[in-house]
Amino acid sequence: MSEQPLTLTNAILINPEAGTESPGWLRIENGMIAGSGAGAPPKGRAIDCGGKYLAPGIVDIGVKVCEPGERHKESYRTAGLAAAAGGVTTMITRPDTLPAIDSPEVLEFVTRRAREAAPVNIRHMAALTKGREGREMVEIGFLADAGAVAFTDCDRVVADTKVFSRCLTYARALGALVIAHPQEPILSRGAAATSGKFASLRGLPAVSPMAERLGLERDLAIVEMTGARYHADNLSTAAALPALRRAREAGLGVTAGVNIHHLTLNELDIGDYRTFFKLKPPLRSEEDRLAMIGAVREGLIDVISSMHTPQDEESKRLPFEEAASGAVGLETLLPAALRLWHGGHISLPALFCALALNPARLMGLPSGRLSKGAPADLVLFDPHKPFVLDRFRLRSKSKNTPFDGARMQGRVLATFVGGRQIFGKEGN
Amino acid sequence: MSFDARHLLGIEYLRPDAIRTLLDLADRYVDLNRSPQKHSTALAGLTQINMFFEASTRTQASFEIAGKRLGADVMNMAMQASSLKKGETLIDTALTLNAMHPDLLVVRHPHSGAVNLLAEKVNCAVLNAGDGRHEHPTQALLDALTIRRKKGRLHRLTVAICGDIAHSRVARSNILLLGKMENRLRLIGPPTLMPARIGEFGVEIYDDMREGLQGADVVMMLRLQKERMDGGFIPSEREYYHRWGLDADKLSHAKPDAIVMHPGPMNRGVEIDGTIADDINRSVIQEQVEMGVAVRMAAMDLLARNLRAARESEGDGKGVMV
Repeated sequence: MSEQPLTLTNAILINPEAGTESPGWLRIENGMIAGSGAGAPPKGRAIDCGGKYLAPGIVDIGVKVCEPGERHKESYRTAGLAAAAGGVTTMITRPDTLPAIDSPEVLEFVTRRAREAAPVNIRHMAALTKGREGREMVEIGFLADAGAVAFTDCDRVVADTKVFSRCLTYARALGALVIAHPQEPILSRGAAATSGKFASLRGLPAVSPMAERLGLERDLAIVEMTGARYHADNLSTAAALPALRRAREAGLGVTAGVNIHHLTLNELDIGDYRTFFKLKPPLRSEEDRLAMIGAVREGLIDVISSMHTPQDEESKRLPFEEAASGAVGLETLLPAALRLWHGGHISLPALFCALALNPARLMGLPSGRLSKGAPADLVLFDPHKPFVLDRFRLRSKSKNTPFDGARMQGRVLATFVGGRQIFGKEGN
Repeated sequence: MSFDARHLLGIEYLRPDAIRTLLDLADRYVDLNRSPQKHSTALAGLTQINMFFEASTRTQASFEIAGKRLGADVMNMAMQASSLKKGETLIDTALTLNAMHPDLLVVRHPHSGAVNLLAEKVNCAVLNAGDGRHEHPTQALLDALTIRRKKGRLHRLTVAICGDIAHSRVARSNILLLGKMENRLRLIGPPTLMPARIGEFGVEIYDDMREGLQGADVVMMLRLQKERMDGGFIPSEREYYHRWGLDADKLSHAKPDAIVMHPGPMNRGVEIDGTIADDINRSVIQEQVEMGVAVRMAAMDLLARNLRAARESEGDGKGVMV
């Protein structure tokens, strides 16, 4: 925590709350934002931002850190370094670890590990059912008291509707947030790709995009029945969007998220069975990708996340059907998201609504804003800086990025958490 | 030479002139195979390893005979019984074999794309002998050779492929090959066994077999796997035979000189009536088997030539390629 006040001068301030993008300065005092303006900056210690862009730090929900169980894939230390380099100031971690984070004891372990090892803010989600097996609900009350910000079985669907509706009913009484990755689990069983021309050509077992709509429609009916707080994450298909829109219009307080890979890649990127492009849900058609971008732009989708999923080389160097799913994303989230801005799909304030403000609000955090009194969690970046991604230079322990060798534009120059610079050259 | 590939991974990667070059050479090997002196030295000094991760008698025997007739040292590895059971990954197995300096690796694997993956990791020529539901290029080439010899051409024919298209690598490779050679393709089968959006490949799709066979020059039947007959994809074996089994009545809708093909092994009385399969005026199923050996000889010969040329241009007799 910096004792001395600090002013970041000569920046372009991206304010998602106000929806503005304007030149100015921002002042930090005691780890909080003390004010900002456009005129002459206040006297005292200052960093000249060189006309680059200053935005609230990214709040990335759904990050997998592989502790406990698979620390060789990603630890809190490496995930923290990756986050800092990617402009992610708050990670909301997933409970799909080994064992799952499904008891206050495991939650206490990861909370301690996170505090010791990582320079960024970390909050944890807990499983919704024990062992993520979809049979018995976890101790939602104890876990919420111990700091769990949301409850999710991640990519496993609670198939038993009785169990799922009871979980939601119980969660509602505690005001707990439930997150699901909607999917019809039987229809999508064994699928490695999205059904269509590409999967047919490659001979891959595939699932219809309709499986996502079926899963979402079911969840929304149970939300209507129980009144729980619900966030549909990892949506990826155009077919699911009308259901979401109807639920919104009916006043059901549901929110939704998409992961960056479904906004920037499509099924054809799999090419000759490149397993770094094997995701869950699988990459979709170009029409789906464009529909998801449209949904972010109109605010139907609230949150963009990295769905950071580290996998070691062994679990990816397999035939496509057998290979593990998921991609790392903490360090590539911002440059990948900037593709949407470079492509003219979305403004920077709107982008940072989805990357910072909305996820912070969803999790009940004060960050994600540039307003006075908000924590000074900030990212300074140059959206134009071009580079070719080399996966071996990632800070994540696992290097399974689909962007290896990709030409990208946009680099993080500095990251601040609580007013303290945790990444980038001093005086940038 | 118009066949310049390093591996034979699929028809997708072959140009029409490469296909023609291969079939022309295969024609010459048919003559060799019919002569009393069946041996050549095209692969002398080279080592061929057959790695079958999925059981196969016919294809493996065909590759083995092809290699031996060309003078290669042929070794069969029954991979189901081998190291995979001990938990070794496909890549480790490939690297282990690679260290033994094989020249030709013939691979069959139950997963689509597994042969492509393996080809990236070894220094020799790789032949795909069938990967999952993806491709089975030598089957499509032997079918093409059979058609060309029976019909006198390999273009502007109406070819009907019937049965379980969805799970068939034979169908995929044939769709690609016959499409590249500019034929009219029809796919016939129950909608549950039809791949998604297959119509976008420029083929016509029929549920009704009589309609689909109308005017066909070639009728290609596919094997229906036993495990698909349990009510999951089709209601029953007998209903399948009634609607999609090839019998004299259905075949009468095709051209009078239409030929009947099957990649084998056949389920008589399920997808094909036994008397049609045995009708020497219509069925070319035995010729297909014969063409299989010739096509595989041609494919391995061409790949070996490319392999030797690449090694020479690197000026390195040890056979290291990158």
